[in-house]
Amino acid sequence: MLQNLPPNTFRLVSFAALILGAAWIGISATLPGGTANPGIPAPQAGFLAPEFTLTTLDGSTLALADLRGQAVLVNVWASWCLPCRAEMPAMQAMYEEYASQGFTILAVNSTIQDSQSQAAEFVAEHNLTFPILLDLDGHVSALYQVSALPSSFFILPDGTIQEVVIGGPMAEALLRTRIENLLAEVD
Amino acid sequence: MLPFLNIFGAAIAFPPLVILAGLWIGATLADKHAPKDRFAPEAIFNLIFVAFAAYIIGGRLGYAAQNPSAFSQDPISLVSRNFGLFDPLSSAALALIAALIFGQRKQFTLLPTLDALTPAFAVFMLALPLANFASGNAFGAPSQLPWAVELWGMARHPVQLYEAIGAGLIVWLVWPGKQETTMDGITFFQFLAYSALARLIFEAFRGSSPVLLLDLRAAQIVAWIILAGSLWGIYKLKQSYPSP
Repeated sequence: MLQNLPPNTFRLVSFAALILGAAWIGISATLPGGTANPGIPAPQAGFLAPEFTLTTLDGSTLALADLRGQAVLVNVWASWCLPCRAEMPAMQAMYEEYASQGFTILAVNSTIQDSQSQAAEFVAEHNLTFPILLDLDGHVSALYQVSALPSSFFILPDGTIQEVVIGGPMAEALLRTRIENLLAEVD
Repeated sequence: MLPFLNIFGAAIAFPPLVILAGLWIGATLADKHAPKDRFAPEAIFNLIFVAFAAYIIGGRLGYAAQNPSAFSQDPISLVSRNFGLFDPLSSAALALIAALIFGQRKQFTLLPTLDALTPAFAVFMLALPLANFASGNAFGAPSQLPWAVELWGMARHPVQLYEAIGAGLIVWLVWPGKQETTMDGITFFQFLAYSALARLIFEAFRGSSPVLLLDLRAAQIVAWIILAGSLWGIYKLKQSYPSP
């Protein structure tokens, strides 16, 4: 199309495209909500992590909001899910290494598609020491739009999701780099 | 959004499949339409394959080089399937180097090769927004328009679909055989100009644009520069070829 334009027309079209383009850049910079962090909860990087409160495997309750100020990894898993099982030892190792620096893991068992006894058996087998939460009715999976297991959400101290990793297993190097990025934001 | 396909109980990530399909279809069609008097059969396909392999390897090695302590404690992570352990700049650099070496060994000349690759670029640029639509990434700004889609807590411009429609139009515009030309490089420069113009327009409807000073969107600035450069390239090509 452009190649067939006569030279003068081509020059005119080019200048018009560049001038209108520059004007469009200026206009679109001011469109409302274009680039601002929406500040609303959604399970996507850049948004606030949706709040939840769940019962842990040992019967206490734990809310995500209680962990504001810490670097948090929310990991949704099930005991029958092979990639979930494969990544747990690396997660435990990272928890042991970084917990003292303000990092914690909330391992949300998707109990609606698992069983509490099998989850407990798996936790005992692997000596997992981070909090194991039970999503008995699946509402946290729905809130986080979990479409595959495992699903992991790296959350900054201010409650913003920094990254979402769907699927697994997550390599130790991935966990280490992401946790160190989160901890860089902890005061 | 369709982030996963459930096939026989296994969850398969759909967006990467769309991107790989775009790459494969684009490479196959570019190879098929490459001028037979200039390129041996499968030469263009092989060029793309070599660049893609270098892209994957370079991305992982570049990431490892930037995070040596993470990989020294767990070297097996070098071969993990995690997309997150990837540095796009290193990928692009190594892919470019590999493509240049391959092209030099096969004695390709630059502008005709870029023309021959253009259908692959165009199809890939169509696959990218479709993959983003499936994953929910590169989402649109809030909108009350009737065709807005509900995503990440509010109604938004389906900007990935705007981009896909624009990319589809560009595929049609630059498809081989649409226009007879003897100008080497003109197809590629036109593709660049159309793509830059599309990015300039559609970026305005994105809800996650990185911004520069004065709230200007970085991608629009880059697109404007590429548009200016590609128009200048077309102008110089038109000058260097005699009018019919």
